[in-house]
Amino acid sequence: MTVEHVEIRAGAYADSVALLQVSRDVAATPGVVAAQVAMATELNLEVLAGMGFTLPPASPNDMVVALRVDDEGVVPAALAAVDAALAAARKGAAGGGDTTLAAPRTTGSALRRAGGGLALVSVPGASALVEAMDAIDAGSDVMVFSDNVPVEQELAMKRIARDRGLLVMGPDCGTAVVGGVGLGFANTTEPGRVGIVAASGTGCQQVLALLDHAGVGVSAALGVGGRDLSSAIGGISTMTALDRLDADPTIEQVIVVSKPPAAEVAAAVEEYAAGLGTPVRFALLGAGQPDITTQVEGLLADLGVAVPEWPTWGSPATSVGGSALRGLFVGGTLCDEAMLIAAESLGGIRSNIPLSPELALGSDLTAPGHLMIDFGDDGLTRGRAHPMIDPTLRLDQLTKVAQDPETAVVLLDVVLGHGAQDDPAADLAPAIAAARAARDVPVVVACVGTSADPQGLERQAQALADAGAEVHLSNAAATRRALALVPGGSL
Amino acid sequence: MTVTQPAPSQAPAAVAAVGADMFAAAVEAQAVPVERVDWKPPMEGTVDDLATVAADPLRRDANALAVKRMLDVQAMLVGVAPASELLGLEKGQFLHAGPPIEWARASGPLRGALMGAAAFEGLVEDPEDAVALFESGTDVTLEPCHHRGAVGPMAGVVSPSMWMFVLEDPATGRRTYCSLNEGLGKVLRYGAYSAEVLTRLRWMRDSLGPLLAEAVTAAGPIDATAILGQMLQMGDEAHNRNRAGTLMLMRDLAPHLVRSSRPAEEVAEAFAFVGGNDHFFLNVAMPACKLALDAARDIEGSTMVVAMARNGTDFGIQVSGTGDQWFTGPAQLADGLFLGDYGPDDANPDIGDSAITETAGIGGFAMAAAPAIVRFVGGTVPDALATSRRMREITIGENDRWPIPVLDFAGAATGIDVSSVCRTGILPQINTGMAGKQAGVGQVGAGLVTPPASIFPAALAALAERTRERAGA
Repeated sequence: MTVEHVEIRAGAYADSVALLQVSRDVAATPGVVAAQVAMATELNLEVLAGMGFTLPPASPNDMVVALRVDDEGVVPAALAAVDAALAAARKGAAGGGDTTLAAPRTTGSALRRAGGGLALVSVPGASALVEAMDAIDAGSDVMVFSDNVPVEQELAMKRIARDRGLLVMGPDCGTAVVGGVGLGFANTTEPGRVGIVAASGTGCQQVLALLDHAGVGVSAALGVGGRDLSSAIGGISTMTALDRLDADPTIEQVIVVSKPPAAEVAAAVEEYAAGLGTPVRFALLGAGQPDITTQVEGLLADLGVAVPEWPTWGSPATSVGGSALRGLFVGGTLCDEAMLIAAESLGGIRSNIPLSPELALGSDLTAPGHLMIDFGDDGLTRGRAHPMIDPTLRLDQLTKVAQDPETAVVLLDVVLGHGAQDDPAADLAPAIAAARAARDVPVVVACVGTSADPQGLERQAQALADAGAEVHLSNAAATRRALALVPGGSL
Repeated sequence: MTVTQPAPSQAPAAVAAVGADMFAAAVEAQAVPVERVDWKPPMEGTVDDLATVAADPLRRDANALAVKRMLDVQAMLVGVAPASELLGLEKGQFLHAGPPIEWARASGPLRGALMGAAAFEGLVEDPEDAVALFESGTDVTLEPCHHRGAVGPMAGVVSPSMWMFVLEDPATGRRTYCSLNEGLGKVLRYGAYSAEVLTRLRWMRDSLGPLLAEAVTAAGPIDATAILGQMLQMGDEAHNRNRAGTLMLMRDLAPHLVRSSRPAEEVAEAFAFVGGNDHFFLNVAMPACKLALDAARDIEGSTMVVAMARNGTDFGIQVSGTGDQWFTGPAQLADGLFLGDYGPDDANPDIGDSAITETAGIGGFAMAAAPAIVRFVGGTVPDALATSRRMREITIGENDRWPIPVLDFAGAATGIDVSSVCRTGILPQINTGMAGKQAGVGQVGAGLVTPPASIFPAALAALAERTRERAGA
């Protein structure tokens, strides 16, 4: 008989990443059956209710400590573990050095102390504009990693930044490389003559990974946020980023990669780019448009570099029956690209980021037939960490779809680089192996990364291949291989 | 478009990181210096208004202008004269500290001061008889000092016969006013109205006032802004410690006092009084601060606080971008030390216009400049340093004319930003005296106090509303 202990800590705060670590540490305490320490956001309260906890009323500014323990005697030790883990999580933010000098409380204060520089904002989306405006007021460029930023706030900050000659990378900008320094989720590549403008984090990472394999360096990859080429935003940051890259004499060729853009915005940006001195190639996803890998091959041709063979690991996957393609992604653009490729032969694919509205999935994320889920979408990250950091939701779903006899093939992505999990294969490979032990379903993985990434491309890919997956560096290639295993899917 | 930022192929010199620590750590691992923000969610219910105000295209320049206008003011002491002459105050008209209030809601010390002032003006024989006068409300009016360009410490009661300092900004001719300081202990501004209080007020009216008027006129304008700058180098923070400032003012006036037309005995009495009252300069510092802050009023889009004031019941603030509107909440009890046998139960909630000094970046904001009095208000030297640094998290700029030596001559934190207060939850720190809550008691202690937190989100909401109206217009 277990005992439940739930307490609300009004006004206590730590970010979702720190709390994930705290929850894990506490769950590892002897006698603790389950532990969840989280901010009381709507989503987290649902998760807690789902775990069977009874919750008192709480506001999103409160922290919930929910414990299920073997017996009442364990509670003090578990709470001590909570406090110790929270204290450890705080250490990073307080910084070292002179103990009489408290850490800055706003981005503006931090920039004053640093004497300028770039701002990196990853607070909850509702507060992101306020921090970003501090940077814009201080004359600094800003990368906004935060998602769930209202579109009108994005427009407001980008307009003001444009008027002051500043660049807003984001919001929901997962990836940037500035002068070889990776910001957010970024892959480690050599500096070089290519510049990237990316309205897509994982799209950018795919370009970085493929160029790295081809031996071509990238000095700057300026993320602009997934909505920058929408009608609402009109490509404001894309044009600023193009100006910056054009003015940089070390950059000889630019590639713009984006999720499906608004047609009129794409046209305007292409016209703008045509007036620049540096050649610009556009890799804009859309029905009937070339995939990212094809565009990178074109870029290599522009540069006079031979196109290499894109690497694969593991033995070719084989069919065990079933009729549906099931894609489970952490990268939104990789999901988009896979849907665009698959839709050509399979038709409509249900998704939480559907290519057209009638294909939208319900909140249970299940539907008969072909299905692709982007676990990095705003709707699934509210109040919790990105799936590149916290894989729990996707791993749960992997087990479910693999056992579904309708599933013909499971298509996955793994994205490496700074900011991502230290060792994603450590969670994913056993999950794939377990799923295949229950039902020998083929699993195809796009593993996007470089050899110099902290996780190591080869090591990760090999671990996944050893678990029975067929692994590709190119997401487009992985998608086509998966299609070949779906009835009616071959092109 | 001019590209002024470093080329994108060059690594950033530094990164300011706010949010998840893993991103900061990843940048640091790539050998780029990182300044981490200790971010916490903003005050409850302010998220949307903060975003609206932050995105206001007027805000940045409006705040920069507000600070510039404030810092451009040179506050010169140009005269001393009766309130009736300076403000046209008539018999039965009383000014008081803080936001507007009526007799029924007035606190003990404000009532006591009004009762004393009514007797001083001859409206009643006995101060106790004034209760009926103020209760009836006929023939008497109450109005905030701030509405007449004036400020008053503690109860801040001003009546027509009281003499006032006149501060002037020579560039614009704008003026502000404050009564003469009566000293500590049993004094009108702390709500005392005994015979000795009234006797002192009469002496100030008949002797000190005219004498100072003569000396100030003869001395010519005295630069109060410059004296304030020097005070901070001499251990004063210009709210609870004004010792250096008082002596500097006396030094400037001394030759002119001696040469005045008044008898030597009167001059000696004045010297003894001013020399024995370390707070004498407070009543020059306050209108000097108000003169500077008034220059920052009425700038559309500015989120800067231009007044903090308390009447013993309510604590109110006014903000540049919202005109004359007061945002009020309950005045708090100070935390500090008590005189004699007095204790927390004897103290009245926070009172006085003297928080104008904190609004201008001195007083509690400059606590690091005045280590000698940190214990008087119940603190320690490290507390004082931490407080002065913490106030920089909620201010817009700094005042180079008011440097704080121990902070490596960093200028006083200047221009409280309503948004920053709501974002950080850091409340302005005020050093204050404590009045007895019973009318007539006088001072019971001194300590530290903050405004009620609720008034900042209220001011922010009004700023956001104006921003939305402008955007919609």
